[in-house]
Amino acid sequence: MPTPLVVSDVAKSFTMHLRDGIKLPVVAGVSFSIRAGECAVLGGPSGAGKSSILKMLYGNYAVDEGQIIVQHADGLIDLATASPRTVLAVRRQTIGYVSQFLRTVPRVSALDVVAEPLVERGEEREAAREKARALLAQLNLPEKLWALPPATFSGGEQQRVNIARGFITDHPVLLLDEPTASLDARNRDVAIALIAEKKAAGVALLGIFHDNDVREAVVDRIIDVTAFAAGKLAA
Amino acid sequence: MTDEPLLRVSALSKFYGSRVGCENVSFDLWPGEVLAVVGESGSGKTTLLNCLSTRLLPSSGTASYRMRDGQFRELYRMSEAERRFLMRTDWGFVHQNPADGLRMTVSAGANVGERLMAIGDRHYGKIRATAVDWLSRVEIDEDRIDDEPRAFSGGMRQRLQIARNLVTGPRLVFMDEPTGGLDVSVQARLLDLLRGLVTDLGLAAIVVTHDLAVARLLSQRMMVMKDGRVVESGLTDRVLDDPRAPYTQLLVSSILQV
Amino acid sequence: MTDIATYNFAYLDEQTKRMIRRAILKGIAIPGYQVPFASREMPMPYGWGTGGVQVTASIIGPDDVLKVIDQGADDTTNAVSIRAFFKKVANVAVTTETAKASIIQTRHRIPEHPLTAGQVLVYQVPIPEPLRFLEPRETETRKMHALEEYGLMHVKLYEDIARHGRIATTYAYPVKVEGRYVMDPSPTPKFDNPKMHRSPALQLFGAGREKRIYAVPPFTDVVSLDFEDHPFEVQTFDQPCALCAAESVYLDEVILDDHGGHMFVCSDTDHCEKRRDEGHRGHLAPQTMEPAQ
Repeated sequence: MPTPLVVSDVAKSFTMHLRDGIKLPVVAGVSFSIRAGECAVLGGPSGAGKSSILKMLYGNYAVDEGQIIVQHADGLIDLATASPRTVLAVRRQTIGYVSQFLRTVPRVSALDVVAEPLVERGEEREAAREKARALLAQLNLPEKLWALPPATFSGGEQQRVNIARGFITDHPVLLLDEPTASLDARNRDVAIALIAEKKAAGVALLGIFHDNDVREAVVDRIIDVTAFAAGKLAA
Repeated sequence: MTDEPLLRVSALSKFYGSRVGCENVSFDLWPGEVLAVVGESGSGKTTLLNCLSTRLLPSSGTASYRMRDGQFRELYRMSEAERRFLMRTDWGFVHQNPADGLRMTVSAGANVGERLMAIGDRHYGKIRATAVDWLSRVEIDEDRIDDEPRAFSGGMRQRLQIARNLVTGPRLVFMDEPTGGLDVSVQARLLDLLRGLVTDLGLAAIVVTHDLAVARLLSQRMMVMKDGRVVESGLTDRVLDDPRAPYTQLLVSSILQV
Repeated sequence: MTDIATYNFAYLDEQTKRMIRRAILKGIAIPGYQVPFASREMPMPYGWGTGGVQVTASIIGPDDVLKVIDQGADDTTNAVSIRAFFKKVANVAVTTETAKASIIQTRHRIPEHPLTAGQVLVYQVPIPEPLRFLEPRETETRKMHALEEYGLMHVKLYEDIARHGRIATTYAYPVKVEGRYVMDPSPTPKFDNPKMHRSPALQLFGAGREKRIYAVPPFTDVVSLDFEDHPFEVQTFDQPCALCAAESVYLDEVILDDHGGHMFVCSDTDHCEKRRDEGHRGHLAPQTMEPAQ
């Protein structure tokens, strides 16, 4: 099995300059890898650094130490040191991200929010919309909402738009940050099915799931984040 | 996607006597990329923008631009005629105050058409048709085409200024606080419009703003300036979500949460 | 107390005339380019042709024959006083006949009678900068001339068409000289623009208040700006001159009474008189020979 993502000895801390420069360690010695077609789940209590790890993998948080090697465009990239331009290319082509929250843009319809990642990857707008329609239908988002901007949607509706946006592409690596947090049972099942499809397609998934049912349904392996705890050392 | 940047800036400095305007700024900008330059008043971001757009000559440093023929040209070695030609064809400049970028006493249509006439278009009907098209793209009703911008609201003026700049299909647009001075709802509409145009046209842009929300919505990359120097730069969401420099942390923590 | 002050020939001192001649020569060398010059105070107010008078004073010689017209007429105040001025300070011969003049100073018209080689037409210019009304900054307009950035001139014509459906500028209609400089032909009617094109006469322009001189040498291209789909065209009149029946000339409207009575007559008085002397008669010729001023 190919291993598109390898994390080794990654450390992360926050230096709070506004509070006399105190250093808040988050994680240290983070090392794991994800194989194609598996869904790994980050486990551990709140505050253990699960979200921080996902954000480092997506280039959202800076990395203090270590390497995050991703297979990108026939080569290997270290995301910990990559230029912003490279990180953007990795996000476009290789690593997808489904967050808890949808960052909405005023006046862009739900359909276009979902289709946008495909358009950015060079797909025809109409073809992208067609796939977006299919996904939104699968996620039971009422068709009358598709043409509306999602800013005024309910939490569950926004979450479904968000999932559709995250799952529409064929990124080989997909990061999931509690994508099912505000879904009802029916749509949770759809999300589970979507994750299963991705696995079958050989996508490497790494997720945070607080919902036990979902976690049980998708997990291949649990990565215990408490093993990377750095808090006790510094401060 | 090309592998060469559109603009290469190296060790750019501008001094006003002993005072620092901006100092030792270097970056590359690629086609289609939007770079936000943030900082408070006096941080040097506007000086930097004016140097980059050749409205001001820097004290030292270089900036080279990849022309449409693929050749890099050193901006500050170009003749004034060449620079001005670049400015009205391949570049745009959106001023904070639309009155600085528009001709307030000629009609909206003529404001949009001026660049076309400047590069030699001499067919009234075609110029007007293009103006109509651009007004609709910036959501100004066609029946306002013969009105002077004096009769427009602030938001409309700003949209008109954008149309006036984009009509020649520039590859690089400079924006100085493009949403400054507008009501919040008007700002949102303008930002959305800008975002759409930038994506659809594949524009590269350098946006100076003190508004981090504007930076987040428009840009992929960000430079934070303080006292004329770049204190932090990187992906926009990285800088905003994980600010490293003390000044950036102060800026980010000062945002009002809604 | 015995004599009035004696003036140098043609009023201006010789150094001043040299300075102005240098500006004129430079203007001739760069057709359409506005040459700055040190305009002098003249014994008449700005707006009365001080620029034209200084140009005329600098080129006139004892053998010249001078004609002065104001809106085409030889007999209006401005024309009469300037003619009298040069008669007095240069003691030159004066005429009202276009063909006999070697120098014609004009305010706002070009004579109907074709000019010939050797003649000089001196225009009085109020505002020499054609870009002024759209771009008030002199630093900027000079740069635009230098870099040949003339898009703005078409903006003005665009505005005309947008507002009036056609190019409504009827006087001071901008021209491009010898394919390079855009020039304001002074507030002559655009009817006269074609006469400037390749004219055998030398055309000199003086703006006294604005301190600018420019020139169009003989046989120089002078092309009126326009759009492909709105080409330049001159005014046409749907009736001939009421006094001399001339067609294809520029006509002035003259009010005859307080009841709406009016007529159209040649603005070029010399041309009109010549034609009447030759026996041409318009439909109002007998009863209104001398319309009240």
